[in-house]
Amino acid sequence: MTQQEHGCIHPNCHELLGRLSDYVDGELDQALCIEIEKHMAECERCHLVIDTLRKTVELYRSMPTPPLPDDVRGRLLLRLNLEDFVVKSDEINTEDKKAPAGME
Amino acid sequence: MNETMEQTHPEPSLQALQSGDRLEFSRLVEAYSAPIYRLALKILGNQQDAEDVLQETFIKAYRHLGEFEGRSKISTWLYRIASNEALMLLRRRHPEAISVDEDVQTTDGEQEPVEIADWCCLPEEELLTTESRDYLDHAIDTLSPNLKVVFLLRDIEGLSVREAAEALHISEAAVKTRLLRARLQLREELSHYYAERLGEVRRI
Repeated sequence: MTQQEHGCIHPNCHELLGRLSDYVDGELDQALCIEIEKHMAECERCHLVIDTLRKTVELYRSMPTPPLPDDVRGRLLLRLNLEDFVVKSDEINTEDKKAPAGME
Repeated sequence: MNETMEQTHPEPSLQALQSGDRLEFSRLVEAYSAPIYRLALKILGNQQDAEDVLQETFIKAYRHLGEFEGRSKISTWLYRIASNEALMLLRRRHPEAISVDEDVQTTDGEQEPVEIADWCCLPEEELLTTESRDYLDHAIDTLSPNLKVVFLLRDIEGLSVREAAEALHISEAAVKTRLLRARLQLREELSHYYAERLGEVRRI
C-alpha cells in the first residue's frame, strides 16, 4: 500500500502505524495523539484501520474467560497436597442445597 | 472488559507464603490456576500438556518461593514460570514452531493493513455470536508463539505492558512491538471474517 493508493495526506502513515497500539490503549502522549487524530480526520483508510483495531482489542477483552475444569482442578490440588485446604468444587455447587450445620 | 486478576484477587501475602503458610498457598493456587491453565492451553493447544504446565508451575513456585525477592508481583512471577514451561514444552513438541528470527525488529514500521472494511458498525449480537466467538478464539491460534504469548498476557489476561515484559523477560519495547503485530494480524483475520458477515447483513 502506498500513499498514492489510499490517498494519505500524512507524510508517513507507516510511522504512525507503529504507534497505534499505544494509541488504542490510551498510552500515547498528547502531542502524538493529536497528530494521529488530525491524520485520521484526513485519511479515511487509516481511520478505519484504527477503529477496527480498537474494536478487535475490545472484542477480545470482552470474551468470557472459562473457569478451570473441575477434573483438572481436582488433580492439581491432589498433586499439591492441598485438598484439605480448599473447598471442593462439588461442595461449592451443593452448598446452597445443604441443611445448615447442626441440623443433620 | 474481562476482569483483571487485580480486581478479582488481592495479591497474596508474600510473607505468609514464604513462611510456609499452606492456606495462603492454596489461595494463590485458587486465584491463578484458571488463568495459567488457559494460557498454557492456548500456547500448547493440548489439554494434557496444559495440565502438566499448570502442575509444574505451582510445584516450581512452591519450591522456589524462598528465592522470590518480590521485585515483581507474585502473579507476574507465576505467569513467568508458566510461560517458560509452556514455551519450553512447545519447543520440544514442535521445534520448528519458534523461529529464531522472529525477534528481529524491522525499522521500517509494521506490516501494512490490507483488509479494509468498516465492520465496527455491525450490531453487537452479530459481532458476538457463538460462531463469531469461536472464530475469535481460532484466530489467536494463527499467531506465532512469540506474538501469541504477548497477546494472551496483555489482552486476554490483562497484564500491563510492564508486567508482560517482566513475565517474558523481554523489554517493554519488545512487548509493544509484538503486541502491535499480534493485534494487527488479528485485525486482518477478523476483518476478513466480519466483512463477509457485513455483506450478508446488507443483503438481507
